[in-house]
Amino acid sequence: MNLKTVAELLGADVLCISGCLEEVEVDHAYAADLMSDVLAFACPGSLLLTGLTNVQIIRTAQMLDIPAVVFVRGKRPQEEVVKLAGQVGMSLLVSTKSMYETCGLLYKTGVFPCDIPERGGESS
Amino acid sequence: MTDPYVVEFTVEGEDFLAAGEASNNIKETLKMLGVPSSICRRAAVITYEAEMNLVIHARGGTLRAEITHERIELTARDEGPGIADVNLAMREGYSTAPDHVRELGFGAGMGLPNIKRNADTLHINSVVGKGTELRAVIHFDGEDSSGGGKRRAML
Repeated sequence: MNLKTVAELLGADVLCISGCLEEVEVDHAYAADLMSDVLAFACPGSLLLTGLTNVQIIRTAQMLDIPAVVFVRGKRPQEEVVKLAGQVGMSLLVSTKSMYETCGLLYKTGVFPCDIPERGGESS
Repeated sequence: MTDPYVVEFTVEGEDFLAAGEASNNIKETLKMLGVPSSICRRAAVITYEAEMNLVIHARGGTLRAEITHERIELTARDEGPGIADVNLAMREGYSTAPDHVRELGFGAGMGLPNIKRNADTLHINSVVGKGTELRAVIHFDGEDSSGGGKRRAML
């Protein structure tokens, strides 16, 4: 699904566009407010959904080549966050819906979850 | 290439706005050297978690990447308070991070486990009151956990 379709589906505001929204495809999404969880489990190139709006969200997404972030619950990031996203070529969307509803809408439309590896007794 | 390619950055303690810049610079360097993107991401997770530890816990330090044909060696050094029990710190969910850090989405006790998961080898030397040295190595010919096969950087 391309980002323009994502924005329309969620009724999201687009704060920052990297290139053309139609040209950025996202097949998978990961939702979390814990950045280490994102670093552990989000698949590269997926869409990140989060309720946090600080600058570390952009940094974390950048490490995993995540092309776009959706801020849920209508939370808007500060100008420095939008500026950094623009600098690194990341698109930012704001959904007024809850995290649950935002995830549900995307899931229902066929956006896949990121696989969580087996972790029973993991030590390596 | 005979000499390793080395980059090193200073990381300031408690500077949450700049936190991540050093890791991004290292990631860009690896990309420039032709390192496969899956390995760039593994290195980025290691350096970013280590960088956040320097910012949160250690009053800053240095982040260094040494790249050869065979491997990437990533080193985080600080003169912070040290880690009293490294085995405990390696456990998922264990964290000593303060609330203001948790509000940023960190301090969930996943940092060192994330570093270990992405490194082929990990060594942590820490002395309480003196500081910590974390050294993580990724081999290009090692099993690529991100789904790739045998890889070699084009240096």
